[in-house]
Amino acid sequence: MIHTEINLCGIPLKNPVMTASGTFGSGAEYAEFVDLNRLGAVVTKGVASVPWEGNPTPRVAEVYGGMLNAIGLQNPGIDLFIERDIPFLKKYHTKIVVNVCGRTTEEYIAVVERLADQPVDLLEINISCPNVEAGGIAFGQNPKTVETITREIKKYAKQPVMMKLSPNVTDITEMARAAEAGGADALSLINTITGMKIDIHRRKFALANRTGGLSGPAVHPVAVRMVYQTFHAVGIPIVGMGGIMNADDAIEMILAGASAIAVGTANFANPKATEEIVDGIEAYMRRYGVKDVRELIGCVS
Amino acid sequence: MAKERGKFEETAIIIRQEEIADNIYSMWLRTEQIAVHTKPGQFISIYCRDGSMLLPRPISVCEVDKSDGAVRVVYRVAGKGTAEFAKFRTGKHLKIVGPLGNGFPLLDKKAFLIGGGIGIPPLLELAKKLDCEKQIILGFKDELFLLEEFCSRGEVYLATEDGSAGTRGNVLDAIRDNHLEAEVVYACGPLPMLRALKSYAAEKDMICYLSMEERMACGIGACLACVCKSTGIDPHTNVKNKRVCKEGPVFLAEEVDL
Repeated sequence: MIHTEINLCGIPLKNPVMTASGTFGSGAEYAEFVDLNRLGAVVTKGVASVPWEGNPTPRVAEVYGGMLNAIGLQNPGIDLFIERDIPFLKKYHTKIVVNVCGRTTEEYIAVVERLADQPVDLLEINISCPNVEAGGIAFGQNPKTVETITREIKKYAKQPVMMKLSPNVTDITEMARAAEAGGADALSLINTITGMKIDIHRRKFALANRTGGLSGPAVHPVAVRMVYQTFHAVGIPIVGMGGIMNADDAIEMILAGASAIAVGTANFANPKATEEIVDGIEAYMRRYGVKDVRELIGCVS
Repeated sequence: MAKERGKFEETAIIIRQEEIADNIYSMWLRTEQIAVHTKPGQFISIYCRDGSMLLPRPISVCEVDKSDGAVRVVYRVAGKGTAEFAKFRTGKHLKIVGPLGNGFPLLDKKAFLIGGGIGIPPLLELAKKLDCEKQIILGFKDELFLLEEFCSRGEVYLATEDGSAGTRGNVLDAIRDNHLEAEVVYACGPLPMLRALKSYAAEKDMICYLSMEERMACGIGACLACVCKSTGIDPHTNVKNKRVCKEGPVFLAEEVDL
C-alpha cells in the first residue's frame, strides 16, 4: 500500500498534483480529458474584483522548449466566478485553490473578502504576474512589499494563504522569507520568467505586449533550483512548479523540496498530463519502494 | 463524476499526404472518433512529435470521410511545426485532439462560400454539407488548389491577385464582376478580407458568418490566448472578448469587432 496523501498547510490533498494557475481555466475545459477527481487540487485562473479584458493579441508565442504568454490576467471578475466556477468545481472530489489577482492591495482584499464564505480550500495570491502594468509582479519584487501585502491579506483571509513568487528577482529566498514573515501559510513558485521573442521576418515583436512570461521545460531547472533554495530558507510548505512535463519532473521538484507540485504548460502539450503525472508518481513510488510520498520531500543529497 | 466527453484525444494514422501547391499540403488522417463527430468549419489540434515544440497546431478540417473514419487537412507550411508534419509519410502516427470549435451553421439559403488563401480548405466540407444554391468564390494569390473538388459542389468563381485566373483582384471584385447575389455569406480567410466582407454583408443586409484565426495555446478554451474582440460582453468571459477556439472559430459578423 502506498500513500500519496500530503498535507498542505492544513489542507489534506489526495496526492501532490495540482494545476498551475492560468493554464487550466477553472477546470471545465480539461474535464473532457481528465477526471478532476483524481487531482490533489485544481488551482483556478487568477480572479480579480471586477472583470479584466487582458492584453491585446497575439498573447502567446512558442519558443524552443517553452512558450511565452502575455494574457494579462483576463478574468470574468469575482461575481461570475463565485456564481459559476466554484459550483462547477464543487461537483468534484478535489481541493479548490483560487488564484487571486489585483492592481492594488485593496483590490486583492476585495476578492479575499468575497471568498471568505465560499467553499474554497486555499487562496493563492498572485504577486508575480509579469504581464500587467499595475499589481502582479510590482508587489513581488521587493521584500518589504511582499511582507506588507501578505500581512494585509492575512488580516482578511478566512482560508490559508499561499503567496505565489516571481523568479524575476535576484534572490528568491529573500522574497520567500518576507512572505513567511508576513504570515504566509505556504508558497508557490515559480511564476514565469520574463522573456521576449522577435519575428525576424517581419521585424516585429511576437507578442503584442512585447514581453511575456516564459514557461515550459526550458524553465524547469531554474524552478528546481529556486524550490531547493526556498526549501532551505523557510519553514512553510512549497508548491513547486515550472516546466513539469511528466512524473519524472514532478518527482524532481518534490526531491528539491516541494510538498506539492503544479502542472501548467504541460496541459497544452498533453491535455491528459495531470492525470498521467498522478499515475507516474505512483509508479515511481512502487518502483523504489516508497511507502509515503512525504518521504521524498526535500530528500536530495 | 466521470469525464465529460465531446472532444477526443487520438493517435491518428496518416493515410496519405501530398503537396498540392507550393508549400500547401493535403493530409488524410484515419481517426477513431473524430471523423464521425466533425462538422464543417471545426478544427483539430495536431501535436508535434519534436518535444521542443510544445503547442498543438490548430488546423481546420477540409473534408471528412465518415465511412473511412478519415479527416483531411490542407495546410500551409508556416513554421517549424507544420514543416515537421509535411515530412511525414503514410503510416506515421500523429497525436490529434478534436473536433474543436463550433463550425458553420447550415442554413437553407442561397449562399456565398468565400475563401481566401489558406482559408479556403474548410469551405470544402461546408460545400459538401450545404444543401442549397451555392456560389463558391475563391481568392488566390496566384497558384490555385482544391479547384476540382469545389467545382463538383457548386458554381465556382475565382479571383487572383495577378489576374492569372478569374477576376484580377479580390473576392469582392469577383462578386461584383459576376453580378452575384446571395442571402448568406460563409467566409474564411485573411483579416482584411473578413473586414471587407463584414461591411459588404451589412450593406447588402446579408447574414454573414466569418471564421476567425488567432494564435492559440491550449485549443480548448482554457488559456484565453486566442481571443478576438466582441461587440458585446461575452457571457463566458464576461468582457468584450470571445475565445476563437471555443465560441468560434465561426462568428456572426456583427458579434465580432474586427
